[in-house]
Amino acid sequence: MLIVKSLCTEYPGDRGEAVRAARDVSFEVPDGKLFTLLGPSGCGKTTTLRSIAGLETPRSGEVSLHGKVVFSSAAGISVPPYQRNFGMVFQSYAIWPHMSVYQNAAFPLEVRRRKPRRKEISEKVMRVLHAVALDDLAERPATKLSGGQQQRLALARALVMEPQLLLLDEPLSNLDAKLRERMRFELKRMQRELALTTVYVTHDQSEALALSHEIAVMSEGRIVQIASPREIYERPRNQFVADFVGTTNFLDARIIEETGDGRCRAATPIGTLIVRCLDRLRRDEAAIVSVRPEDVELSEQQPEVESQDTVCMGAVDAKAFLGEHLDFQIKIGDIVLLARAHPSLRTPVGDKIFVRLRADKCVALPAASVSGVKA
Amino acid sequence: MTEAELTQRVRISLPDAKWLVIGAAVALAAWLSLMPLAFLLWQSFMTPETATAPAQLTFDNYRTAFWSAETLRVFGNSVAFAAGSASLAFVMGTLFAWINERTDTPFKSAFFALSLVPLVIPAILFTVSWILLASPKIGIINIAAQALLGPDLVVANIYSMGGMIFVDGLHQSPLAFLLMTAAFRSMDPSLEEAALMCGATVVQIAWRMTLKLVWPAAAAAFLILFLRAIESFEVPALLGLPIGIEVYTSSIYQAVQTYPSDIGLASSYAAGLLVIASLCVYVQSRTAAEVERFSTVTGKGFRPRVMRIGAWRYLAAVGFIAYLAIVVALPFLVLLWCSLQKFYVAPSMAALNSVSFDAYRAVLGYPVFTGAVWNSLVLSAASATIVVLTTAVLCWIVTRTKLPGRWLLDNLATLPLMFPGLVLGLAIMVCYLKLSVGIYGTLWIMLIAYVTRFMPYGMRYNATSMLGLHKELEESSVMSGASWGMTFWRVVLPLLKPGLIAGWIYVVIVSIRELSSSILLYSPGSEVLSIMIWEYWQNGQYVELSALGVMLILALLVLVMLERFATRRFGIATPAV
Repeated sequence: MLIVKSLCTEYPGDRGEAVRAARDVSFEVPDGKLFTLLGPSGCGKTTTLRSIAGLETPRSGEVSLHGKVVFSSAAGISVPPYQRNFGMVFQSYAIWPHMSVYQNAAFPLEVRRRKPRRKEISEKVMRVLHAVALDDLAERPATKLSGGQQQRLALARALVMEPQLLLLDEPLSNLDAKLRERMRFELKRMQRELALTTVYVTHDQSEALALSHEIAVMSEGRIVQIASPREIYERPRNQFVADFVGTTNFLDARIIEETGDGRCRAATPIGTLIVRCLDRLRRDEAAIVSVRPEDVELSEQQPEVESQDTVCMGAVDAKAFLGEHLDFQIKIGDIVLLARAHPSLRTPVGDKIFVRLRADKCVALPAASVSGVKA
Repeated sequence: MTEAELTQRVRISLPDAKWLVIGAAVALAAWLSLMPLAFLLWQSFMTPETATAPAQLTFDNYRTAFWSAETLRVFGNSVAFAAGSASLAFVMGTLFAWINERTDTPFKSAFFALSLVPLVIPAILFTVSWILLASPKIGIINIAAQALLGPDLVVANIYSMGGMIFVDGLHQSPLAFLLMTAAFRSMDPSLEEAALMCGATVVQIAWRMTLKLVWPAAAAAFLILFLRAIESFEVPALLGLPIGIEVYTSSIYQAVQTYPSDIGLASSYAAGLLVIASLCVYVQSRTAAEVERFSTVTGKGFRPRVMRIGAWRYLAAVGFIAYLAIVVALPFLVLLWCSLQKFYVAPSMAALNSVSFDAYRAVLGYPVFTGAVWNSLVLSAASATIVVLTTAVLCWIVTRTKLPGRWLLDNLATLPLMFPGLVLGLAIMVCYLKLSVGIYGTLWIMLIAYVTRFMPYGMRYNATSMLGLHKELEESSVMSGASWGMTFWRVVLPLLKPGLIAGWIYVVIVSIRELSSSILLYSPGSEVLSIMIWEYWQNGQYVELSALGVMLILALLVLVMLERFATRRFGIATPAV
């Protein structure tokens, strides 16, 4: 179990002032789980990862793994990074260009204080190179590798040391889209098979959703929400999370009354909706309702209505064909909703269309809960 | 004892190797650049120590150096000489850089390669060769003119202020060429293209874009040239002193060489020179910041815009050839000619028959020669190694750590840039005479001088390659379990190797050429090659001097080619200065 407790990290900015990159970051990662730090650039996710690695020295807080403290400001402990035995894959891969593939992967074993015998090193290295399908290229100079191969070599180098913790800093961001998708599955398979406790940093929400056991969404140095991928997506705690993870429609709303069962009725510009409601929201309070585009259901015929659904009439304002799906902009009164539909829906621009919103797909969030995020 | 306590204890009891290495490098840089300076300033306020009277605090040195009737003359000479030489070098360098970079003159790449050759010719050889060419009595040009136009005609007199400016300016012009080439190259062509698309004419672009954009770089280049000229020792010593034109550097030399030597007076002159030099360096660093603001060198492929100058391009090529003749061919040929004679005579059919290799034989058989070669090799190799490794650590600290005060370290290591060679030699001489650690008069003191003097070059070479080194390459090594020392040894140094090799060869070249510091520090037994040339000159052995010079130039040329090869092979931009 990795435990990070109220970690604060600062670094000097351009004018020598202290920039607070990570503020009071706390989380736990159970053994064998993949934990993702997700957020926009500059949110402090990489700083948090580097603080765990020991590459940055936090101002305060505590980091411990399996009960062993590797950093604690209170106790004055800071184990240097090279003694932590954490494997790390960097964003640039940091493959050493002056070494061969084999030498790159063997390096962590060769610099051990108690260096294993040559034979043992070669066995371990070849095993791990085999695992990432690079064993055929072992003698090749590292500069002669493609992007995907470099990424796999970086992973092999982190795995060969049999780390207690694997740290991944945007490992897929330098790959092209197709390869990224393939490596995502590859990475997931390996992590699950080896049951490696892993901290993963990314700004790509789909990567985070696809890989993680748990996700922490970060903003301005703080963790905004920690939850499972499904919960993050379906029950964002606030507007920032809803906006950052996936695409969404926001509607200004006012709570009319609670209807029990975690639901309430809310007045919105497109009419009164029954929505899922966070317990913090009270009657008459201003709120924001978030609806995912794929949950804005479109049909040309009058749809069936269940008790808590809302159906209203809109007009197709614009549409865009994206291959696997079709994006519609639906105008309802003054409001434009983004809807994602199956490409078979061929309603022409200007035509009327029915819009159905299901109660459990609409989430009411506190209004303006994160400062500086546009509505 | 808990694990946590154990970890902490281990950390305290074992001082990290990192801090030992960093500490040693910092201490070395501080010692090298600050100690001589302190001793120099201290000495400049002292009277000469004699057998009867101990040294006393005095301001007389400064009074003599700055308030005597001589003062104004020396100051005026220095400034006139430096300004003249810098201007000549700047005009020639800029003209040819522009022709080479921005026009469609033929054979450009050959011109570029050849125009770097003069950089390796030591100043003393260049000056001597021009004495052989244009001295009123023995100069080939004058002899030829007299043969054609009648006796007693002197068309060119190198022994004059004009001659000094001419020789020094010519010798500096390749540097100006390099600096301005870099300036033209670092100018983003899209800035000019944008103006072109706005409908500006070629003349408008040249005036409102090219000139304005290149101006800060040009100003910085001129300051560097001025600084180099005011520090120049060989030309004023060989051409100025015989006719009584004294500048700061030659005054310092005179003050040390008179008997008894007046170290205090020399130190005061040196302090004055130091003020001028540091002023130049300061202004230059300010303009350099401006240059950076103006030049946006992007990573994308750079395609220089070439102007078509029509038939002018042949004239430009002829001009280039004439320039190369004056800067490279004539000086080298005259040395070669001279080295093949038994005693110096002007070229003629008769003299052609008496060609011999006696001079080479004499040089090779000269008792001091083997020692000088050995000393030069040992000194240059040792100083290059120390400089390159120390500055690698220093540079790493400056670019990689967030240590407070790292900018100070950068300044400390580049501080010697503003010591003129002669001043540095004087300062080190004074320092180690007073400290009496037993290295005065040995090779060690010259090693210290060389390391100090060339430390800034090492910084530049390393900074260039270190900036191109991704930080994560080191961090991934640390995460792999390698300590700082291991990371530095197995990842940083190997990755810097191309830059280190290029820097090493460069320092070897400038060390072998070094004269102005060595001249105050050598003693019998620790002569180096440049000193040997100097002694040949003092003894009037022109023929032997030429033979040694020819061999030295050829050896340096080989080294330069190696350096070019290393930099091109590994794609490192060579710092020009």
